[in-house]
Amino acid sequence: MSSATEIYETEPLAPRRRSRALAHLLNNPVALFGAALVMFFVITALLAPLLPIPGPAETDWAAVRKAPSAAHWLGTDEIGRDVLSRMIWGAQASLLAGVVSVAIALGLGIPLGVMAGYRRGWTDAVISRITEALLAAPFLILAIALAAFLGPSLRNAMIAIGLSAMPIFIRIARGQTLQVMTEDYVESARAIGLTHGAIIWRYVLPNIFPPLLVQATLTIATAIIAEASLSFLGLGQQPPAPSWGSMLNTAKAFLEQAPWMAMWPGIAIFLVVLGFNLLGDGLRDAFDPRES
Amino acid sequence: MLSFIGRRILIAIPTILLISVFVFFLQKLLPGDPVLALAGEDRNPEILAFLREKYRLNDPLYVQYFTWIGNALQGDLGISLRTQQPVLTLIGQKLPVTIQLALMALVIAVVIGVPAGILSAYRKGTWIDWLANILALSGLSVPNFWLGIMLILLVSVKLGWLPASGYQPFLEDPLQSMRTMLMPAFVLGTGLAATLMRHTRSAMLGVLKSDYVRTARAKGLSETTVVVKHALRNALVPIVTVVTLLFGELLGGAVLTEQIFTIPGFGKLVVDAVFNRDYAVVQGIVLCTAVAFIAMNILADALYRVLNPRMRNS
Amino acid sequence: MSHKRTLALAAALMIGASWAQAADLRIGLAEDPDVLDPDQSRTFVGRIVYTSLCDKLVDITPELEIIPQLASEWEWSEDGKVLTMKLREGVTFHDGEPFNAAAVAANIDRSQNLDESRRKSEVASITSTEVVDDLTIRINLANPDATLLAQFADRAGMMVSPKAAEAAGVDFGSNPVCSGPFKFKERVQQDRIVLEKFADYWNADAIHFDTVTYLPITDGTVRLANVRAGDVDIIERLAATDVASVKADGNLKLEMAVSLGYQGITINVNNGDRSKNPLGQDARVRRALSLAIDREALNQVVFEGVMAAGNQAFPPTSPWYSADYPIPARDVEAAKALLAEAGAENIEVELQLSTDPVAQQVGQVVQAMAAEAGINVKIVAKEFATQLSEQTAGNYQASQIGWSGRVDPDGNIHQFMTCEGGINDSKYCNPAVDELLNAARTSTDIAVRKAKYDEAEAILAEDLPIIYLYHQTWIWALAKKVEGFVPYPDGMIRLEDVSFAE
Repeated sequence: MSSATEIYETEPLAPRRRSRALAHLLNNPVALFGAALVMFFVITALLAPLLPIPGPAETDWAAVRKAPSAAHWLGTDEIGRDVLSRMIWGAQASLLAGVVSVAIALGLGIPLGVMAGYRRGWTDAVISRITEALLAAPFLILAIALAAFLGPSLRNAMIAIGLSAMPIFIRIARGQTLQVMTEDYVESARAIGLTHGAIIWRYVLPNIFPPLLVQATLTIATAIIAEASLSFLGLGQQPPAPSWGSMLNTAKAFLEQAPWMAMWPGIAIFLVVLGFNLLGDGLRDAFDPRES
Repeated sequence: MLSFIGRRILIAIPTILLISVFVFFLQKLLPGDPVLALAGEDRNPEILAFLREKYRLNDPLYVQYFTWIGNALQGDLGISLRTQQPVLTLIGQKLPVTIQLALMALVIAVVIGVPAGILSAYRKGTWIDWLANILALSGLSVPNFWLGIMLILLVSVKLGWLPASGYQPFLEDPLQSMRTMLMPAFVLGTGLAATLMRHTRSAMLGVLKSDYVRTARAKGLSETTVVVKHALRNALVPIVTVVTLLFGELLGGAVLTEQIFTIPGFGKLVVDAVFNRDYAVVQGIVLCTAVAFIAMNILADALYRVLNPRMRNS
Repeated sequence: MSHKRTLALAAALMIGASWAQAADLRIGLAEDPDVLDPDQSRTFVGRIVYTSLCDKLVDITPELEIIPQLASEWEWSEDGKVLTMKLREGVTFHDGEPFNAAAVAANIDRSQNLDESRRKSEVASITSTEVVDDLTIRINLANPDATLLAQFADRAGMMVSPKAAEAAGVDFGSNPVCSGPFKFKERVQQDRIVLEKFADYWNADAIHFDTVTYLPITDGTVRLANVRAGDVDIIERLAATDVASVKADGNLKLEMAVSLGYQGITINVNNGDRSKNPLGQDARVRRALSLAIDREALNQVVFEGVMAAGNQAFPPTSPWYSADYPIPARDVEAAKALLAEAGAENIEVELQLSTDPVAQQVGQVVQAMAAEAGINVKIVAKEFATQLSEQTAGNYQASQIGWSGRVDPDGNIHQFMTCEGGINDSKYCNPAVDELLNAARTSTDIAVRKAKYDEAEAILAEDLPIIYLYHQTWIWALAKKVEGFVPYPDGMIRLEDVSFAE
């Protein structure tokens, strides 16, 4: 859960080293295992409409809170819905939350960070102060306050998480940009009169990409847990649509009578988050081979 | 060193002011009327009007902000609408609880994380390293509110070993207090242990490769001496920094843990306050946490400089 | 020497013995009470604490009859505008101040005039008080008020020490001084409230605990785990779905009482623009929605049948329930016919509800049932604070919300159904209903009142500004050793004659 604050910064990479990084990744069985875990959940989530399962909101009042059986492989929930179906449809919500909120964080974080690092001066000062201010408010408390402000829904939870995760990306993008700007090739690019846009596009962005990719992968993991946490507090996915966090929220009331309701979503969150963490670690090792 | 700290504090002032603006206006933009939650089930309009007047909720926003921040600078964070107690008193009541939880979690994290990190670095590439890494990643990946629920189910409901909740103030009954906090501290500590293990491992790996360790080995010193005296001492620097930083983060991480184990601490206070639109409390807490967090950061940097003299020149 | 040692040992044993006898009752509450000032208090859970802390002028029986507490007898004037109360002798407040007619006068004055008082509307009919003699008070009313005695059985009737209240002002709640069986000892917010036995209590013989500790434990599962583990002795508001497992547990006892309140769907019929939809404008659509819901099945699915299904402001067990309008059986075909008649087939309705998991379950069951009749319910969950303000502002179509209930029937219906009612969020307005409900609150003749409520129900069952769904059942789980507990429909925990088994 604390991976949100682990910030990885690496040396700028020459383009040639990138293919080497890919090869390195493909040789790392643990990272591949992580990728496989992630792929498994992604494919299951995408196939949800095609699988022979009951609808996630289909109720059967004769089968309320029934233990796993041949008819319902993972049991039924508090109003007689098939837990397996809700798990599969819930995967959509969790993965979407992870990816979209990180996309929001990247979409806002990269421009702000690059701008701060590229222009420096007061732009940097203002952006850095705001970043620090956001970083000083605990991640989850910030997300809770934002989600409460925006109103409970999956979309708003993603925005809240995205905004709360943004400062880390600003920081990395800024730091990397500052480093790239001191490189000789940027100096000479300037000297020959390339526009700011061209410099950023050709030199800055490619070089800040690796650490951002690593951080993004790890932050997806954090964001999935954050979505589950918000849904757990009733601030995320709204009924009757399923999400693993909201399933846990209801399951909490039936720990004794229906422990399976709490088991599956927890295990699923664990596995998908583990997948992203393994993949993120693998990516970092691949881009920064010093440690291995 | 003093001038370094002084400069950092100066830079922190605008940051803290920014936070105060954020949290204030965010709060005010929240839908839901705090007075409605306060008026009682029958929402008598006369009472509503009186309360709005009393808590000066009819003033323009900027007036409300300056009143609040002005009082805050004088050490008055206002009064909780819900409980009618000064926010500072509430924080004073809750903070020790969360600090105890955080300290216990930190102890658990250090006891697990540091040795595991050292061992896996020292035995790099063996099954020990592999196992430690898997465990650490699992610790990072498990949602800690789920872990809390599962522990309650197993340890309290099924086995009856530890109470599921029921906070006991430390000063009244230290032993019982530790007992009731053990599960939540463990839940909170697992994620930290994982982070700590990973940092320790990479710090140790760096040091083990360094020249003076090689020299020490060449001098024929025993492996234990090499690891403990030379490697560990140097690896301690980043570890201490991480621990300092983690402590600030713990205050935030306690939110869900306290919610599940119903521990009357900081995190529970803030969640309840958000849901009840208890503005003054949310503002006060976020401000205090932010100040604490920034102070921790400054402390960590200062510590880093003290422990690692080479940093001073850069 | 050895003699001395024996003595010391005996003393130690005695200390040990008296420690063992210091009976502490621990009660797990579902929420943290708000400020402990009867005049400022606003939560249900706060009233549970007051039951041991602050005596009231009158109390109720489990059958809702009004019985003496601090007032030993009372009498209404012929025109119903004067209430004369005789007060119990020899009662003192926790600070040693005597309880007398002057104290009652001061308390009524505080309920009416303290700026922060939440009791103003409850005692609004009182125009003045007269101290007849030390133990007799006369209360003058503007008009006959059948609800006043029931108000005196709740917070408006709780007597605080006038001296302490005067000294503390608005801060009275941080150290409340009343005259109940227990006095305030300490409180740690969100953690516990400790009361200790008041030695001079007028009914001290009925009290068998030295201290009583209230512990707010908001999570239902954790609350149950605590009483299982013996860490608390009584918990309130056990989840309906935990009833079976508590019944099966040999170490626990179960007590239940149907509450005075209701849960239902309030419909915006005239509160701003959002009422302009088929559901808000056409009573037939509302009747169709009501017919689409199988209330018994709802109760079974969500609450394992523990709650009481309902269709009126009063539970079917209440003497005020109108037998002419029993709970309608589900009839999807009839619902479809009504919708067709209203030209409102396949309509969409937005239902707001709180983020509470139980509320969401109820909403989802209603959603599934309504869908079969062709009403597509869209659920929008809001935090409770937001839900309330949206409801007041008229920014909703339908709102799933409840009412904790009052001893007097007026409290469950008048403010919701009269045109100018203080919490009439649907803005339903029907002069005929106003007339009936106003008449019902001014008569002290039970038969007359009952007839008025029945007449009003005849209209409301057609108009349905609120579709009632069920009535909550208060459920307590107790450790086996707790004896003498009596469940009350007001959900309070009265400690008279409650004790631990030897």
